[in-house]
Amino acid sequence: MPFYSAAIMTKNCHNDYKMKFSDVEEFPDLSLHNNHMAKVLTKDMYKKLRSKSTPSGFTLDDCTQTGVDNPGHPFIMTVGCVAGDEECYEVFKDMFDPIISDRHGGYKPTDKHKTDLNFENLKGGDDLDPAYVLSSRVRTGRSIKGYTLPPHNSRGERRMVEKLSIEALATLDGEFKGKYYPLNGMTDAEQDQLIADHFLFDKPVSPLLLSAGMARDWPDARGIWHNDAKSFLVWVNEEDHLRVISMEKGGNMKEVFRRFCVGLQKIEAVFKKHNHGFMWNEHLGYVLTCPSNLGTGLRGGVHVKLPKLSTHAKFEEILTRLRLQKRGTGGVDTASVGGIFDISNADRLGSSEVQQVQMVVDGVKLMVEMEKKLEKGEAIDGMIPAQK
Amino acid sequence: MPFGNTHNVLKLKYASSEEYPDLSQHNNHMAKILTPAIYERLRSKQTPSGFTLDDVIQTGIDNPGHPFIMTVGCVAGDEETYEVFKELLDPIIEDRHGGYKPTDKRKTDLNPDNLKGGDDLDPNYVISSRVRTGRSIRGFCLPPHYSRGERRGVEKMSVEALDSLSGDLKGKYYALKNMTDAEQQQLIDDHFLFDKPVSPLLLASGMARDWPDGRGIWHNDTKTFLVWVNEEDHLRVISMQKGGNMKEVFNRFCTGLTKIETLFKDKGTSFMWNEHLGYVLTCPSNLGTGLRAGVHVKIPNMSKHAKFEEVLKRLRLQKRGTGGVDTAAVGGTFDISNADRLGFSEVKLVQMVVDGVKLLVEMEKKLEKGQSIDDLMPAQK
Repeated sequence: MPFYSAAIMTKNCHNDYKMKFSDVEEFPDLSLHNNHMAKVLTKDMYKKLRSKSTPSGFTLDDCTQTGVDNPGHPFIMTVGCVAGDEECYEVFKDMFDPIISDRHGGYKPTDKHKTDLNFENLKGGDDLDPAYVLSSRVRTGRSIKGYTLPPHNSRGERRMVEKLSIEALATLDGEFKGKYYPLNGMTDAEQDQLIADHFLFDKPVSPLLLSAGMARDWPDARGIWHNDAKSFLVWVNEEDHLRVISMEKGGNMKEVFRRFCVGLQKIEAVFKKHNHGFMWNEHLGYVLTCPSNLGTGLRGGVHVKLPKLSTHAKFEEILTRLRLQKRGTGGVDTASVGGIFDISNADRLGSSEVQQVQMVVDGVKLMVEMEKKLEKGEAIDGMIPAQK
Repeated sequence: MPFGNTHNVLKLKYASSEEYPDLSQHNNHMAKILTPAIYERLRSKQTPSGFTLDDVIQTGIDNPGHPFIMTVGCVAGDEETYEVFKELLDPIIEDRHGGYKPTDKRKTDLNPDNLKGGDDLDPNYVISSRVRTGRSIRGFCLPPHYSRGERRGVEKMSVEALDSLSGDLKGKYYALKNMTDAEQQQLIDDHFLFDKPVSPLLLASGMARDWPDGRGIWHNDTKTFLVWVNEEDHLRVISMQKGGNMKEVFNRFCTGLTKIETLFKDKGTSFMWNEHLGYVLTCPSNLGTGLRAGVHVKIPNMSKHAKFEEVLKRLRLQKRGTGGVDTAAVGGTFDISNADRLGFSEVKLVQMVVDGVKLLVEMEKKLEKGQSIDDLMPAQK
């Protein structure tokens, strides 16, 4: 590690202080909990890991605090832990590996993840029916190597991430030429415009994020960058160092994905030039704050009108088989309005970016066909797909 | 603590100016006092338990404050915080507590016999009387910082002490996490139940971690003496009853508190206290006595009088709505309590409430009769 000497590595004063209480006295009460962390964390595991900390000082309790504070929901399985730096996934692998396996369909500690950001490998995707597919969007996250993550980073670190991001984004040109709007220092007019464009992100209110310390020092060093055409957007220091979003109205996912890949790779090239590549390894792919976003960190989705299909008895089954998930049009945990759903890939780890977007393209195409059949009063039984 | 930036050594590789918080929008005591020079001198320090300057001030950074309400903007994570970071906390204490100097010493007086009167506040106007304070158990870290093991240790010790109370103080402990629905409803009806904090001031300082683990409510059988365990402080001790007999409320308060303290001493520990700061609590605003004595009183005429605020100020009292801090008054009924915590003894503070409320009620009665209150205006206490 270029920044920390071995002498600093294990010294976390507060953690040492806690060690005078036995592991039984410190073990959290998870009896009412239903999240991945609560399913996986045992007393033995806690005992083994609690004295450790990463070089930057992140501890097991730091990882699990959000899962302790937020027992979960009977129907939604939250992850219940976060990473504070890249090393967490190594230092606390005894806990993270089973969580990752559980969350990412059996992904094993020895598995390798494939990255494929070559948009030309996507087949089709330029002909989703715009009468049904209202908008298309692909997003991912990226972490800058050498800095700790949003649950843990200090103001100095966060500001450096912002500085490096602004420098990198300022070099973009052509279709990517754009402007940065720091949250701190936006004019009212700029703010209104960003809200109208649905670009502005707010201070987190979700207790999942607050418990993990991601709202500290808000809005210091947070901001939004977008290109002039408003089709490529980067969030700086929200839930991850960077969130990169490509979007446009209509169903041309192919174009959205092209712009996504090209833009992302341009940004990565600039960061690499300054010796600050993205956190990535061949086992976990892109390393992000929440274990649920490991791998591609990619969510590719559409807003699509499916009033009939969404009320069909087999709707959930179809989604499961297509490896897709539904959300309301306000994002995660919102309700759908007027039969319009946000449909996106369910997977993040174990398949590549191209594969995941392919599943969205193929799956949405099928669902629109099914919707059309149902409109005509016809059955869709013959169209039910096999499990992907 | 995950969000307290306890990884202090890592941060030191950034210059002080790179780490210094942006306080340009802020209006709280911490933001008024903290300077880049103070930050530079204190940022490499930590208390023996690992609490750092950034831990102290995080809540004040995350909550810029309100143009009219001056929040403190910092908390203590342990007893040593007030010593290690005295360069920051002494001026804040001075600003908040009416010029209290680093060399000042304070007096504890929990002898209820020293209170004059207080048993004759008119119950037609004074609906209820209440005295509360906080206590921290020496040897444990405070709510922003302590671990589950510590919090449970505080709970265990407190429950043992409270279980040995007898007579009119005999009571029962209700742990938040295994309360029955019936118990919970009863506690809500009695207005005893405290909820998980929602105030961003508390959340930003880490006080809701692991909720509801280690938290609970104890009260005596007659429901006049109540102890909150591990809410904002290790212990919050409350004596209350309907009507205006503040003397009895204070009597029970002092007796109960002293008994509890004796029980802790018997176990080889004590409350955090020193002769400069008095009782040491999480929030600097509660140092000294940590005492808030107050009444719910009907003063619809008085409260609309042009000189109401002035009268309160001179009497060293403050008003709140009947829902507590930051709530509105309902039907002309106000919560009136002492404004001070540090620099006066407990008896003195309750005396100010007793004398002040008595005067306010007299003024209310005059205004009811359409008479002037000009000759009743008090001098500045």
